[in-house]
Order: sequence, then structure tokens, then C-alpha cells
Amino acid sequence: MTALLEMKDLKVRVEDNEILHGLTLTVNPGEVHAIMGPNGSGKSTLSHVIAGKPGYEVTDGQILFRGEDLLEMEPDERAAKGLFLAFQYPVEIPGVTTWNFLHTALNAQRKARGESQLSSPEFLKKVREVAKSLNIPQDMLKRGVNVGFSGGEKKRNEILQMALFEPAVCILDEMDSGLDIDALRIAADGVNALRSPDRAMVVITHYQRLLNYIIPDFVHVMSKGRVVKSGGKDLALELEASGYTQFEDAA
Amino acid sequence: MVAAVRDTVDRVRSIDVDQYRYGFETLIESEKAPKGLSDETVRFISAKKNEPAWMLEWRLEAYRRWLTMTEPTWARVNYPKIDYQDIHYYAAPKPKKTLSSIDEIDPEILKTYEKLGIPLREVAILEGVEPPPEGESANRKIAVDAVFDSVSVATTFKEELKKAGVIFMPISEAIREHPELVKQYLGSVVPTSDNFFATLNSAVFSDGSFVYVPPGVRCPMELSTYFRINERNTGQFERTLIIADKGSYVSYLEGCTAPQRDENQLHAAVVELVALDDAEIKYSTVQNWYPGNAEGVGGIYNFVTKRGDCRGNHSKISWTQVETGSAITWKYPSCILRGDNSRGEFYSIAISNGHQQVDSGTKMLHLGKNTSSRIISKGIAAGKSQNTYRGLVTAHRKATGARNYTACDSLLIGDKCGAHTVPYVEAKNSSATFEHEATTSKISEDVLFYCTQRGLSQEEAVGLVVNGFVKDVLQQLPMEFAVEAQKLISISLEGSVG
Repeated sequence: MTALLEMKDLKVRVEDNEILHGLTLTVNPGEVHAIMGPNGSGKSTLSHVIAGKPGYEVTDGQILFRGEDLLEMEPDERAAKGLFLAFQYPVEIPGVTTWNFLHTALNAQRKARGESQLSSPEFLKKVREVAKSLNIPQDMLKRGVNVGFSGGEKKRNEILQMALFEPAVCILDEMDSGLDIDALRIAADGVNALRSPDRAMVVITHYQRLLNYIIPDFVHVMSKGRVVKSGGKDLALELEASGYTQFEDAA
Repeated sequence: MVAAVRDTVDRVRSIDVDQYRYGFETLIESEKAPKGLSDETVRFISAKKNEPAWMLEWRLEAYRRWLTMTEPTWARVNYPKIDYQDIHYYAAPKPKKTLSSIDEIDPEILKTYEKLGIPLREVAILEGVEPPPEGESANRKIAVDAVFDSVSVATTFKEELKKAGVIFMPISEAIREHPELVKQYLGSVVPTSDNFFATLNSAVFSDGSFVYVPPGVRCPMELSTYFRINERNTGQFERTLIIADKGSYVSYLEGCTAPQRDENQLHAAVVELVALDDAEIKYSTVQNWYPGNAEGVGGIYNFVTKRGDCRGNHSKISWTQVETGSAITWKYPSCILRGDNSRGEFYSIAISNGHQQVDSGTKMLHLGKNTSSRIISKGIAAGKSQNTYRGLVTAHRKATGARNYTACDSLLIGDKCGAHTVPYVEAKNSSATFEHEATTSKISEDVLFYCTQRGLSQEEAVGLVVNGFVKDVLQQLPMEFAVEAQKLISISLEGSVG
């Protein structure tokens, strides 16, 4: 079995600071990996580098997506290959309706993959079905992308996109930040509905509470730019009890 | 909207984006006035047009006035001194003879308009010989007046308009055929002494469009003029006069292109609109003059005076402009709100890229009672360009209940461009309510990354964000123009990121 996503000895710097000092991680289809760690451990950097955000320099190591060199691809090519990043802080795009944005993006991805373009009626049918399955009100589609959305709505919009684009790998960056417990539960239900044997998820979080709702297969603890411990879902509970301090010294 | 955006992006992709799309030159023989401006030049132009004596007098008076005036320098634009004696003030395609049908127009000129996508062959379309252009429904007609260098080459749908009582013809013809209307209204909104460029235009204007809509008539189709500068070292000085008589309505569109040239070309137009009681004029412009190359060489100097007079009570004038071209733009379409309860509107998208300099805005002069105006300006600066909104809103002491709402938004792409907002507000009547809002924002890395992560390329992302930014104004344009404008916006911003 080819791994969906592999990071091998990944070293990343931003300007003069090395943030990741040799990170290795393998993600297979159907698996849900949680990456936990204190602030500044490099979790968000990892998600940005995988998705291709400008401003990060990879000095060593590899990221492979189904065996292909991901670092050679532009962010939009990575998206078309099936990589999705749910943002910690989704941006607002005034004047662009959500359904226009989704339609344009989906067709851009389909075009890159050599698939046919969806007409407006075809798209509308599809997005309505997806929204309905996630209990997302139609009304949200007509509004400007994330404009005036509550924290919970923004995260649900991310999940809607995830469901619509049907990516192979989903990276969820601090999905729980800014959500109250009810909003968190709704968002997590959405994510769980998208778990499948063909799809892998990487859930990045500071707190264990998200993992009560999205139960991971593996938990990795990051500290100072490395994975310092890996284990099963119980590792998260262990962390909740003892905190990150033990790993700060280990790193 | 979705389809339109897709269409925009696809079309942009399908053309060579480094090339100004309309930058070709048409090789036709032309007849030109000798270079330079003098009494003789004015007489030459007037004679070429077979004008009556009163028109020549009018021009000469303007010329004499112009000699006493100096070029204005208050706008935030820089350009080398213009040598007004080094310009041809008249150029006409040869042979010069009276044309009785479109078939007599030089085929090279027709080809030019075909390349521009301008439908002059409405006859063929009507007869069903040619299918209507894609995206244009068969029952939606646009009458076109095409001005090539200094001369109007074709006006379409004349007959059909005549049935409705609408006069739509080159102004040179109107001077001969409807002297009473021209005499009454020409220069009544922009007087010959108005400003340096308008006065120059009054002396040497060669053609343009004339529209008269009789009382109570709703013009049955969109009227449109396409201006094209072709000749080298030629100035274009068109003059447009639109009169909407009591209770009438007309929507008028204007489009502009020019070939790519190393030297700068001067364009100094005057547009006058008159709306009588209960009349409404909607005037839309998509201006795409050649902006110069990446180093800022060449391009059109666009010094234009556009003004509408809401002369009657309950009249309304609405300006919508999409400004993407020209090396220098100096343009302030304005409304004189003279009639009680009259309304003026100004919707503008001004895009600058490369080394372009834009100084544009509007004036809303509230004179009558309970007059209202609305200004929505969207400035987008990219590359090394400078983009200034300059606006004036005044209330006369008798303008009881005057209301204005102004919103100026600027969007910056990159860090070498500038956006400036210069609003002047003056109320001499204490009951006036003037509101002004302004914002400046930037397309951030985060927004671009978000869009590209969803599968859009950098340029698609910029196009989408910009189209969202200008949406309020695009909605004001007639459908066909909105699609064209979206396309232009994306093209104008090519190479602005990355």
C-alpha cells in the first residue's frame, strides 16, 4: 500500500529560524492522525508547508503525496491532487458569494484533473445535497465568503468545502479554536461524516477536547519542531493529565 | 455571475496576456489636417464637415479663448509637456464620400471593428444571415455609432430608432440636420470657456454622437458609441451631446480602444448630457485606451470633461465608468442637480497597473431642492501605478434637503502602487446631509493562499477577489458590458501578482 502522505526528515525555516528540525510522519488511507503540541512547536508551520503557503523554505527532507513530490507543486496543483487544508482562521472575501467561490474552485480543480466542468445547475444540485447532508442552511451559500460569519459558521463552511471537494487528505488546523462546545460538536460531526477508508485526516490541535469528538487512530506529540512521541488515542488523555512540559525537555 | 467569472478567466487564458488586446493598427489611407493648431486648422476642420457659419464662429471663439488659457496642474498626474503644435487635429479615413450603407465603408475599417467585437453588421444579424454574437440574445439590440479617428464611420439601427422618434447620429450630421437642437444645447452644460481641455475640444472637435429622445419616449434599445484612435500623432476630440426630453429615458454606452504606439496620443473629449423634467439618462463607459507598455512608454493621455445637467425637476443622470486603460486619466463625470428632486449617481471602477496614473472622480453640485446624489468609487492600484479619487460635493444655499452618500474604496495589489482619496465637501445650506465613507485595503497573502489552496491559480484568485470588490459597480452596467468589463478587469491586472 502506498502511503497517502509521507514526510521524511523535513526541515523548514522561516527567514533565519529553523522551525521544523527533521520531521518524519507517514499517513495511510483511512487513518486519522492527531498532532498535538504546545504553542510554537511547529504544528501550524507543518500544515502550511504541506499546503504550500509561500514564505517557508524547505531546507531538507521530502513530502510525498501518493509517492509524488508535493514540494514541486503549486498550492492549487496540490489542491487538485486531493489535498485540503481546513484553516484555523478562514479569510473573508467580500462581494464573492460562497456558492460562486465554491463553484469556481471546484471547476478549477476538476479542470486541472482533466474532468468536465460542472454547469451552474449541476453544481447547485451538488452543493445543495452536500449542504443538506451536513445540516448547513442554504442561506450561507448566498452570503459573501465568510463575511460576517460567526466562528462556528466559518468552520462549518470549511467542512462544507471539504465535503464538496472530496479530498484524499484533509488537514484540520486548530479546528476547535474559537468554538464553543456546541459549535465544536457540530463541526466534529461533520468531520466524522467524512471519514472513509480511502481518506486520511491530520487533525492539528492544542487541546485534547477535540479528540473526544474526533477519535484519532494515532496521536503524535510535537515539540520544538520534531515528533517526540507517537502512540494511540490514549496518548491524548495522558497529555491532558500531565501537560506538555515533560516533552519540552525531551526535545 | 459564476458563468461570467468562468468565462472571464477562460478568455483571459486564451489570449496572449502580455499583449494589449486591441493594440493592432489598421492600414488605411487617411486624410489629415497638417500638424499644429491655428485659425486655419479650425477653419479646415469646419470646412471638412461642411458646417454652417454659426458653427465655425463658435469654434473660433473657443479657439481664441483657448489661446488665453493654461493647462491645469492640480491633478496628481505627471507627464512631459504636451506640444500642441505637434499633433494632427483631424484625420479621416479616405476616400471621403457620403456613405449610403455599411457596405461602402472601407473593408479594412469594418475588419477593425470586427476584431474589436463590435457589431456593425446589424442588418445581417436582423436578416438572420449571421447568428447573433455569443452571449447576446437575439432580441436584445444595441445601436452603434462607430468613430474612427476623427470621423463617424457607421451608425446602425438608424431606421428603427427613427420610428421611435429618437435621433441618434454623428454630431457632424446633427449640426447640419438639426441645427436648432444643437444650437440650443451644445455648450450649455460644458461652456466653451469651461476648462483648458474642454475649450480645446470646442475648437477642434471633429465628430462624436448626438442623441435626442423626444418627450415621453423610452429609447427602445441601448445606444452605443465605439471610439478608436488609429492614426499616428493624432489627437481625438470627440463631442457627445445627449438630450433626454421630458419624461424620456435613454441608456448610452461608450467604449474606447487604440493601437499600441511608442508615442503618447492625446484624447480630449467632451460629453454633455441634458435631462429635462422626469427624464433619465444612464451613461456607461468602458474605457480601454492603450495604457503604455510595461516601462511606461506610450499610451493615451485621456483628458475628458463629462458633465450632466439635471435641468428638469425629478430628472436623473447616472454615470457608470470602468476605467482600465490610458497612460493618464483626468476625468470627473459630474452632475449639476438643478431641478428640484433631481438625482445624480456616479459609479466608478478605476484600475491602474504598470505606470498608469489615474486622477478621476466626480462632482455633484446640488442646486435644487431635495436633490440627492450617490457616489460609489472603487479604485484598484497595482504595479507602479498611482490611483487618485478626487470628488466634490456641494450644496448651494437654496439646495434645501440636499443629500449625498459617498463611498470610496481602494484596493492595493503589491507595495509599489499608491491610492489616494481627495474629497471636497461644501454645504451652504444647513439642511444638507452629506455622508462620506472611505476604505483602503490590500489583497493579502492570506487571501491568495486561501484561494489557491482551494484550487484557484494566483491570477484566478486575484480576478475573483477584484470582481468581488467591484461587484456593486458592475451591477450597474448593462449585461453585455458587465461581462466585457469583467474580462477587461482581469486582463488589466495580468502580471500584478507573483
